[in-house]
Amino acid sequence: MERKLKVSSNPHIRSKVTTNGIMMAVALALLPAAGFGIYNFGIRALLHILITVAATVLTEFLFGLYKKKMTITDLSAVVTGLLLALNLPAGAPLWIGALGGVFAILVVKMLFGGLGQNFMNPALAARCFLLISFPGPTLMTNFTCDAYSGATPLAALKAGEVVNVTDMILGRTAGTIGETSMVAIVVGACFLLLLGVIDLRIPGSYIVSFAVFVLIFGGRGLDLQYLSAQLAGGGLMLGAFFMATDYVTRPITAKGQYVFGIFLGIMTGIFRIFGPGAEGVSYAIILGNLLVPLIEKVTMPRAFGKGGAGHGRK
Amino acid sequence: MGKSNSTASAGERLINGLVKENPTFVLMLGMCPTLAVTTSAVNGFGMGATTLVVLALSNLIISLLRNIIPKKVRIPAFIVIIASFVTIVQLLLEAYIPFLNDALGVYIPLIVVNCIILGRAESYAYLNSPIPSLFDGIGMGMGFTVALTCIGAVRELLGTGKVFGFGIMPQAFTPIGIFVLAPGAFFVLAALCALQNFVKIRGARAGKDTSKIGSGCTEDCMNCGEQGCSRRKFYDDGDDLVVEDLSETEEAKTDAES
Repeated sequence: MERKLKVSSNPHIRSKVTTNGIMMAVALALLPAAGFGIYNFGIRALLHILITVAATVLTEFLFGLYKKKMTITDLSAVVTGLLLALNLPAGAPLWIGALGGVFAILVVKMLFGGLGQNFMNPALAARCFLLISFPGPTLMTNFTCDAYSGATPLAALKAGEVVNVTDMILGRTAGTIGETSMVAIVVGACFLLLLGVIDLRIPGSYIVSFAVFVLIFGGRGLDLQYLSAQLAGGGLMLGAFFMATDYVTRPITAKGQYVFGIFLGIMTGIFRIFGPGAEGVSYAIILGNLLVPLIEKVTMPRAFGKGGAGHGRK
Repeated sequence: MGKSNSTASAGERLINGLVKENPTFVLMLGMCPTLAVTTSAVNGFGMGATTLVVLALSNLIISLLRNIIPKKVRIPAFIVIIASFVTIVQLLLEAYIPFLNDALGVYIPLIVVNCIILGRAESYAYLNSPIPSLFDGIGMGMGFTVALTCIGAVRELLGTGKVFGFGIMPQAFTPIGIFVLAPGAFFVLAALCALQNFVKIRGARAGKDTSKIGSGCTEDCMNCGEQGCSRRKFYDDGDDLVVEDLSETEEAKTDAES
């Protein structure tokens, strides 16, 4: 009897996965999209990214000092800042990212108890805050930057114009800094899928249900050109792979994740096709975030041996 | 119930409404007009002043009639009295301050169902003599007015760069539009409440008696007529701030009795 049993309290099995490991992976996976944004929109995009990340990290740092509980090393503030910056139009004034970063960390995350307690994705909540506050053409909808001017492909599509789908997939269009290139986003997403940080449940059900919705209600029938433009345009890919899959604000049950993805797909379709605006990914996701506790409650799996056939169901 | 209050001085009632039991920041009553009409400082002040008039007069009349109104029909009786005053005030506003009447719109008739007014009628005016009741109404109304004007001023400042219509912010300031919309009302109300609690807890840390700021707490929840109390007591035990949840001890008492 050389091996002794160690009696201790749970947990008995520990995973090697850490919060800052995951955050690091997500930040790395966002780099292709960020890099393409800088290539596409020039030095101004880089400035936006630096300012926004600095704002989120600094806010987290100052709040940590005030609360005497430093959480800055989990890197979540970097990811929030990066995601928010990728959701800003490059032509917006530079202070907008700073204001949004402070709002994301202070109001949406820290005031609700920090990472793990926020009921809404901080980056998306901040984007919606900025969109509602600054709708003007020189502010949050200023897509005019360097080579590209005028409407985003989705707005053009909504107005009935013809768009170039190849350009949309590669990302040579107007839009927010990180959303334009479907290729760059999918490269980052594949990296996360291979590492096992995210799985295809939410993005898959989101994109498929959105495509089905567009086919049924888009009013164009089986127009593949229109469908692929809808899929490649706007923030759908960035939202589906990087924001809907946020660990904190997605359902924890497998069944719930499918429900969540389908809900997002339908809501995005409704916002894009029937709404007054051309885009609706951000609103769809934060609306979905609010329903997460309800979805989890409904889809909670039954523990083995409990409440089986004939038990507990009266 | 409320015996100690009936001998209270008018001044004590005014301070009570303004600070100790501020209807907006402490009692959290009348949230509907608070959130809906405070898009500017003028609107907030107008709503507060209108409510103050109705509150003071209805408190006075209800207190005068308190021995005549049978207990079973007191709520309908209160509503009739309050509705009469609201109608008078609305007609006066339409006649003399039409722009305010237009700005406040449907929220003026809705003063009838403002829970501050019904709350004070039920918990104070119906139990106390007319003069303290009148001053209770004025104090509560003043507390409401100050709170609404503060919320309105902050929202107007951030949302349009003005306060009471005067441009204050520098030219470079871009108005943050969300603050004049509904979500902004929640942000500002929460922030001002937090600020108020921050000051209160600071006061407790500094060794001040917060029971006077919070509520006149005797820790005897069973025999306390206080409405809207959080059932929590803050005190300083020497080196740290203690928050004691009185509702638990109260439940324990109820259990022991039954």
